[in-house]
Amino acid sequence: MLGRTAAGLYWMARYMERAENLARLVEVGYRIALMPSAATGHGDEWRSTLVSAAALEGYGAKYDEITPETVTHWLLRDPDNGSSVWRCLEAARNNGRGMRTALTREMWEALNATWVEYSTLRPGDLRGDRLPDLLNWVRERSQAFRGAMLGTIIRDDGYHFSQLGAFLERADQTARILDVKYHILLPRSEMVGGATDGYQWETILRSVSARGAYRYVYKGPYRAWNVAEFLILSPRMPRSLRFSYDWITASLDGLGEVYGTAAPADDDAAATRARLVDCDMSTIFQGGLHEFLGDFIARNGALSIALARDYHFD
Amino acid sequence: MAEVSFDEMGPEGGPVRAPYAELAQWLARQDPRELRRKQRQADTIFRRLGITFAVYGDDRAAERLIPFDLVPRILSAGEWRRLARGIEQRVRALNAFLDDVYHRQEIVRAGRLPAELLHANDGFLPEMIGLDPPKGVYAHIIGTDLVRTGENEFHVLEDNLRTPSGVSYLLENRETMMRLFPELFARHRIAPVETYPEMLLETLQSVAPTGCAGEPTVVVLSPGIHNSAFFEHAFLADQMGVELVFGSDLFVEAGQLHMRTTEGAKQVDVVYRRIDDEFLDPLTFRPDSMLGVAGLFDLYRAGRVTIVNAPGAGIADDKAIYSFVPDIVEFYTGEKPILSNVTTWRCSEPDSLRYVLEHLSELVVKEVHGSGGYGMLIGPAASKRELADFGAKLTAKPGAYIAQPTLALSTCPAFTRAGIAPRHVDLRPFVLVGDRVRITPGGLTRVALKKGSLVVNSSQGGGTKDTWVLED
Repeated sequence: MLGRTAAGLYWMARYMERAENLARLVEVGYRIALMPSAATGHGDEWRSTLVSAAALEGYGAKYDEITPETVTHWLLRDPDNGSSVWRCLEAARNNGRGMRTALTREMWEALNATWVEYSTLRPGDLRGDRLPDLLNWVRERSQAFRGAMLGTIIRDDGYHFSQLGAFLERADQTARILDVKYHILLPRSEMVGGATDGYQWETILRSVSARGAYRYVYKGPYRAWNVAEFLILSPRMPRSLRFSYDWITASLDGLGEVYGTAAPADDDAAATRARLVDCDMSTIFQGGLHEFLGDFIARNGALSIALARDYHFD
Repeated sequence: MAEVSFDEMGPEGGPVRAPYAELAQWLARQDPRELRRKQRQADTIFRRLGITFAVYGDDRAAERLIPFDLVPRILSAGEWRRLARGIEQRVRALNAFLDDVYHRQEIVRAGRLPAELLHANDGFLPEMIGLDPPKGVYAHIIGTDLVRTGENEFHVLEDNLRTPSGVSYLLENRETMMRLFPELFARHRIAPVETYPEMLLETLQSVAPTGCAGEPTVVVLSPGIHNSAFFEHAFLADQMGVELVFGSDLFVEAGQLHMRTTEGAKQVDVVYRRIDDEFLDPLTFRPDSMLGVAGLFDLYRAGRVTIVNAPGAGIADDKAIYSFVPDIVEFYTGEKPILSNVTTWRCSEPDSLRYVLEHLSELVVKEVHGSGGYGMLIGPAASKRELADFGAKLTAKPGAYIAQPTLALSTCPAFTRAGIAPRHVDLRPFVLVGDRVRITPGGLTRVALKKGSLVVNSSQGGGTKDTWVLED
């Protein structure tokens, strides 16, 4: 397989995952904004959404004020935002277009149709009561793509590269959401586990479609401790860091099998996974959740660079 | 046009021609609303598949659909046999001509072709002189543009020997028709076209370098995703099961061409390139080319890799050479040409220029090196002012133009806003030349969807339709 094709599959999957996660983030902002909260203050929830999406700087360069309309527009459709949902869908499609031959027809159709339909959105589609439908649709399209991929792609190197892209992105996003929640959403005056906090944690779980799963696993109210554990350490929660790294190391093993040799990046991934396997929450909170997540995000980013090096992405 | 065109289904109110007998009855039974629904269905299929093309200089429509017309065009087995024979004769002669052009130039020595037509021609590539491509084939993939003006009158309008495109539309049109109108396929015996990718791969493998051991590795070299025919590049690579590469994926090392893969370098033997000659190799041609591969041409000269079509093949589809093709066919095959040319005035010749200037409003004038319908004049459709402007250009640089009569292109029924109506068509069959000549039955029919229009180019708003060759 061409190095460029491997890179294309990797980035296509990353961008598709990113589009879905952005939609989830906007959903969190939308839901929190529905709740009047003196503790968080008006606008803070949208600000934290921008921070989680790593989009605050670009947004600030264009807008002075934070309003729900401009933030949603910025994250979903603004042509000036290079990492809006629209641009992510476009980047996923362009990556797919550059190595069409590595995609099955169904993968391509899902990818292409999503971008084509999203491109015809009108401003009204982002507003008010139509927003949840749109966000839902983005998620559905991402899932349709994933379904098309899992249902049709041959299990060789191409499959592994796309899985790596999806799970590196997912791990990065989950870590960022948690980090932002910890840092910005948490009112200084309130103890972790307070009422407002509980609502916000709940919203985060909802945005990763994990509310039911949380209840099933913890059988109790939302606790910061448990939610963090669920999203960081659970090997069963499909958007957790641990789960993502189980897949990442499995995909790297898969590549090793296809190519008959392991890549240096394997060791980095295995080390990151080992930390998640060996850790418990009290260790993480003692060292500081923010520090833990920051370190994780850095390792995850370094792995992406190592993969590009080992597999001749360019 | 005042002149009445030949209609391939039959004259209005007159008898239906035999190949269309079934279709005419079927068409008469169709509800226009149902057809419109099918039309929308077809558009959705094409858009979802991403079968789009880019129109240069049109930002708003960066990717557009080529309109697809639902009504198939039908050729009888007999009609096709004659066309196929004529095409094969022509492409063999053109390949012999190319071999001669880059070797002894017997045709010039024999006084059958003026020497300056070769040497003063941008299409002539001095770098190719004395080079012997595998099996002596220069033009492997050819699109022969044909027009029809009567029951037995087919003419070659153009030979496309560089990187002819459109075959993906031919294949997808058939796919779409089979999905939309299975009942029509049950009522006709239609020659299949689906084997094209297989034939293409066989052709490419058959011209691998002579020293190539084992199964040759073939790639499709594309200039990138912004090229107007990118969809086709990807489509063909996919259908053949070979890599689609960009110039940046390839490199020359230790006397071989390689591609960069996840496991390191892999040798490449045959390059089906969809980039122009001048971009192939910055060391030999345009030094600013980012699309090609440095050192590729030297490898090619050394017989280490095959480039398809050969660089310099374009000299044979030059519009100035075109008017000599009937002579070329006779010269190299010793046979009368089966397919005729369209009458052509070479404006470089003073008598012809005078005639063309006097009859400008009746003629079609084309740039010798142009393609895609850009920069041409259609006399009958031009304003006085356009005629005067074009006349001035012609006088200033007569050698850059040829002129042809405005042909009464045949019409076929098409599904238009006003219902079923005749529209002008041409035909591009696709021919493969390797260890032997392979021709896909039919070809790509392009249709001028605007009433009365004669311009079928997709860049000028033309559409396409499925083309059926009936089996005996």
